[in-house]
Amino acid sequence: MSVRVVPVGTAALLAEVADAVAATGLAEWARARGVPATEIVPGACTVLFDGVTDPAGVAAALREWSPGDVPPPGRVVELPVRYDGADLGQVAERWGTDAEGVIARHTALELTSAFCGFAPGFAYLAGLPRELQVPRLATPRTRVPAGSVAIAGEWCGVYPTASPGGWLLLGTTDAALWDPLADPPALLAPGTRVRFRRA
Amino acid sequence: MLEVLTAGVLTTVQDHGRVGWAHLGVPRAGALDRPAADLANRLVGNPPGAAVLETVLGGLVLRNRGPGRWAALTGASGPEVRWWPSGGELRVAAPATGVRTYLAVAGGVAVEPVLGSRSTDTLAWVGPSRVVDGALLPLGAPVGEPSPLDVPRTPRLEALRIVAGPRADWFAPDALDRLCATTWTVQADSDRVGLRLAGPPLERARSGELPSEGMVLGAVQVPPDGQPVVFLADHPPTGGYPVLGVVHPADLWWCAQRRPGDAVRLRRAPVAPRG
Repeated sequence: MSVRVVPVGTAALLAEVADAVAATGLAEWARARGVPATEIVPGACTVLFDGVTDPAGVAAALREWSPGDVPPPGRVVELPVRYDGADLGQVAERWGTDAEGVIARHTALELTSAFCGFAPGFAYLAGLPRELQVPRLATPRTRVPAGSVAIAGEWCGVYPTASPGGWLLLGTTDAALWDPLADPPALLAPGTRVRFRRA
Repeated sequence: MLEVLTAGVLTTVQDHGRVGWAHLGVPRAGALDRPAADLANRLVGNPPGAAVLETVLGGLVLRNRGPGRWAALTGASGPEVRWWPSGGELRVAAPATGVRTYLAVAGGVAVEPVLGSRSTDTLAWVGPSRVVDGALLPLGAPVGEPSPLDVPRTPRLEALRIVAGPRADWFAPDALDRLCATTWTVQADSDRVGLRLAGPPLERARSGELPSEGMVLGAVQVPPDGQPVVFLADHPPTGGYPVLGVVHPADLWWCAQRRPGDAVRLRRAPVAPRG
């Protein structure tokens, strides 16, 4: 079966799928189908359906989804980045290159926003090849500046506001990642494709 | 218009919270003791989702800078309803028990909504800013007549009802029983994000990191230190620690009124309740 559904309390279901791409796909599929839930929240390899009044009905509907139901490609956002991050040297070392090499590889990627969390508008961007994945810092920084472009594990992310954080910093962007008056308020809503260019 | 003379420890505007934005990382927010907020609104003739003030302990002092209106205090204080004359001062005294008092004023607090709600989220500070000394709070037009006070609720629960959570299998087989057999103590860093409990640590059966997943209101999340946290209205929409149980939604108001050092017990709900 392509999706396993487990209850969460009495009014929510967690659908487990293979990976982040499947989670984003299922969430978009369910939204387009009007699956009745007040919140449809993709995670790293799950989708939470919250505010569900008919769990059995929703579970049955979700079983109609298959990983082959690939959503149409999302819009593309290009983020200008100043590659001045505090961890650029460390990342270069781990990638077996120099700062220019990090910039060349990072600007060659196309990543996809899989899910948001941690802070409003903070998107977990999927698609970092295995050989570019680096562990998070052993000791998180107490303050990461707003606009920081960072990587950790299989993810790349951009901090919408200054906050504590343990990801490795590549650079900074001036793009407005979170604006409650914009539609959508998050620039990198799930499904958005993201490219980086040197500012 | 209300003038805030003294804001107290923490005063925020709250309604029923922000629905439909969790996928963008926005916490739900909303009154932590929702039945108390609803009662306050009913007492002054407001619809259930009208914005009220939620204030922690005592110290909030306000002046009514407009025409006289009905006002109600519920939660840790009250319940009581009174006529608030023009120019009059209203003071929330330190409650004998409980934490959060709700003040509803006829017409509701009419600050500008953000993403469909007037609630302040204290995790990411989405919504109106917290209420500070000197702030002026606009009010809406009164729409209804005050209702009589009905029977006050039972002030205490024997135990919070829980059902097994989606990641109960990440813990030792007896973890849920131990969660229910322990008398937990409310920690001082409990807030609108969660009721943090202290006691003998709950042990994991599985090591490693849980990939981030969506979290629900009332989720009992257990970080590596084994000390459970009951997620309340400002909880992060996604999280990476496993959820051992989920508290019945109808019991969450009680979490909003527990003080540091208070004892908390949990028990398994006999049947899966509909919330």
